[in-house]
Amino acid sequence: MDFTVALAQIKPKLGCLDDNMALAEAAIEKGIAAGADLVVFPELALTGYFLKDLVPEVALRLDSPQIERLKKLSERISIAIGFVEVSADFRFFNSAVYLEGGEIRHVHRKVYLPTYGLFDEQRYMARGERFRAFDTRFGRIGMLICEDMWHLSAPYILAMDGAMTLICLSSSPGRGITESEGLGSAAAWQKLTTTTAMFLNCRVFYCNRVGYEDGINFWGGSEAISPSGEMTDRGVILEEDFVLAKVDGGALRRERIFSPMMRDENLAITVKELKRIDREKDC
Amino acid sequence: MGGLTVNTKLLRQILVGFVRDEVYKVGVRKGVLGLSGGIDSALVAYIAAEALGPENVHAYCMPYRTSNPESEAHARLVAESLGINFKVIEITPMIDAYFTMTPDADNMRRGNKMARERMTILYDHSAAVGGLVLGTSNKTELLLGYGTLHGDMASALNPIGDIYKSQVWALSEAMGVPSEVIEKKPSADLWAGQTDEQELGFTYREADELLYRMVDQRMSREELISAGFDSAFIDNVHRKVQGSHFKRRLPIIAKVSNRTIDRDFRYARDWGK
Repeated sequence: MDFTVALAQIKPKLGCLDDNMALAEAAIEKGIAAGADLVVFPELALTGYFLKDLVPEVALRLDSPQIERLKKLSERISIAIGFVEVSADFRFFNSAVYLEGGEIRHVHRKVYLPTYGLFDEQRYMARGERFRAFDTRFGRIGMLICEDMWHLSAPYILAMDGAMTLICLSSSPGRGITESEGLGSAAAWQKLTTTTAMFLNCRVFYCNRVGYEDGINFWGGSEAISPSGEMTDRGVILEEDFVLAKVDGGALRRERIFSPMMRDENLAITVKELKRIDREKDC
Repeated sequence: MGGLTVNTKLLRQILVGFVRDEVYKVGVRKGVLGLSGGIDSALVAYIAAEALGPENVHAYCMPYRTSNPESEAHARLVAESLGINFKVIEITPMIDAYFTMTPDADNMRRGNKMARERMTILYDHSAAVGGLVLGTSNKTELLLGYGTLHGDMASALNPIGDIYKSQVWALSEAMGVPSEVIEKKPSADLWAGQTDEQELGFTYREADELLYRMVDQRMSREELISAGFDSAFIDNVHRKVQGSHFKRRLPIIAKVSNRTIDRDFRYARDWGK
């Protein structure tokens, strides 16, 4: 099935739920008007990124009015969006929700919360415990939030769980300026998204935010990657953008015939060896 | 020296975007800065003019009677070539009035007092025109502590604090800062003939090469020595970085409550913006 994905490369305001809801709703309407079938937002799109002690103040329950409003909009367009989720036992997660047909189809809680360099996520947020693919009208999808994708096992698990589309919601700070054309962080991500798509014969939709928080820039450059690892569409760097990518449904079938690595992937060997490694690990 | 050579087009885009974004989100449209006639403030003026529009940049040249007249001429040249607002405010009366009370004060005290005098003028004009004070300290001098705490180090936001002096030179050239400003010897201009490099005892190029490896690449002392750096130079620079660290931090607070500012009361400055 051919479809159109919109990558909403927005600039959220730090800690301003209402403003960011308005931004998100405007982008959703724009996607609908443009004939998109799916709109993808960045990580923490409803809150901004360097929240620190604001985390509890901007957290939403899954039955909050904000999520209800987005659910309603998902009757007209499928939506993947990042926010802070609070659980019934008051843990706070860096989460992404996938909404379709007026329902929550999946919630992914970020597993790998970076706490090095300029990052401090696990100080403020709880860690997710699972990677699960889920069914949508575009086939099976897996969601990753930013740092999750830097762990090889995460997209691998999703692909083995049947995902043929990987959505990565990101708030990636721009850093590492050299003489080369792009920022170090952008170049690294571009390698990662294309290589992941190629290894797993999956399409990848990567949505990264823009704007500055306390002097730290987010570089944007959202992109759609074909299952052969080719970047087909890319948003501008450092500025707001709204990328409309036409997805050729047949490309996935053709790629999986041409290079059937996922068909040949041996889950039994992988599981056996990982169990052995776990057993032999010196605790 | 791969790391010190930068893509100036991309750097310019990030720094211009930074000034525009961080000024606008506060709810003002203007920037205020001290224009000394030197390269750092000239570059910040170029970045600010591009970010905010020249009509929204207010530059002040604040000479003391011992300042080199060439400095004011260069400041004026920069302001005129950009079309930004420009005003000369002499600090001689205020400085001299103060030091008549302590005539024995040495050059360092006098220099610091002048830097702080200029800071109070900039903050006063920040309120007068409704603009944010833009910092003009580069990464080299911030790391070496070659600046006056609450003086030239004070600002609301600093676009060049993460780029080394060598990168300031490169970006200034790319942005069209007048060549006479780029080519002259860096000077704090506190007394006639003073140059930064003479006072520091090494050149900015030498310092940048070392600091880049020491700070950005986190090379160990052994690695720096085998890369060809003199051990006394390494120790000298390291001492300067460590010894001036207090200048780069907020004052420390005695903790007694459960939520102490900046310790366990943590919010971004852009909280709600």
